[in-house]
Amino acid sequence: MLELNASTLVFFIFAVLSIGGALGVVMSRNLIHGALFLIVSLFGGAGLFVLLAAPFMAAVQVLVYIGAIAILIIFAVMLTRSMTNMREVFNRQWWVSAIAAVILLAVLIVGVALPVWGPNGTQGDMVLSETTATIQDLGVALVDGNQFVLPFELASLLLTAAMVGAIVIARDNE
Amino acid sequence: MVPLWMFLVVSAAVFCIGVYGVLSRRNAVAILMSIELMLNAVNINLLAFWRFVAPQNMAGQAFAAFVFVVAAAEAAVGLAIVIAVYRNRRSVIVEDVNLLRG
Repeated sequence: MLELNASTLVFFIFAVLSIGGALGVVMSRNLIHGALFLIVSLFGGAGLFVLLAAPFMAAVQVLVYIGAIAILIIFAVMLTRSMTNMREVFNRQWWVSAIAAVILLAVLIVGVALPVWGPNGTQGDMVLSETTATIQDLGVALVDGNQFVLPFELASLLLTAAMVGAIVIARDNE
Repeated sequence: MVPLWMFLVVSAAVFCIGVYGVLSRRNAVAILMSIELMLNAVNINLLAFWRFVAPQNMAGQAFAAFVFVVAAAEAAVGLAIVIAVYRNRRSVIVEDVNLLRG
């Protein structure tokens, strides 16, 4: 059912990067290594976005997530000396958390698989449209009065408020 | 092209790994990193459904862009809070931050 071509191969490479990086983030004892694994995972996500015909989102992922947020996290690790206490990485209820996460994953996978292979499943025969909206459409939609101009302005307001709030909270008030 | 359900499975796996990290890690910065993983999984999900269900409609991509914005704001404020807590308590272990415990 799944023909083996270039896009399938690329999908599996980026899926492995994404999931493996995520496991590294959660498991790594050293937080700097965790931040580097986070970069790997986000890069895998960017590759999946390219496969999904959303190249702008992939560029934003690399610029904002990898270029800004991951670096910010590395700065926070250095500023807070999080490296000094690495003996106990997990808290006492880590096994309950593991069971909960596995149960959630099982529920999600059943929910994804049943519509495809269930009694009246579609077997994945969804017709994929060849034409997709382009970056130009996204730009127009974000400033179009009938579409997303209000959320767009609210997003800029949120970013300004977050910037002011971050400066006020992190500032030394001596 | 890879079918939709494979993207959804990858997204679900990353999300559940993030849930496990949030629930089990002790370091506040590690918890923030796990939250970033969960938001990233949500974005994969949104863009996969956008591509397979409504590729001509911009709502999917616009929503993913707003998730990016919220994630950036959340990371900035969250890390500022972590730094402020570290300045007061000399620790980023979440179990040490128990000022409100009765």
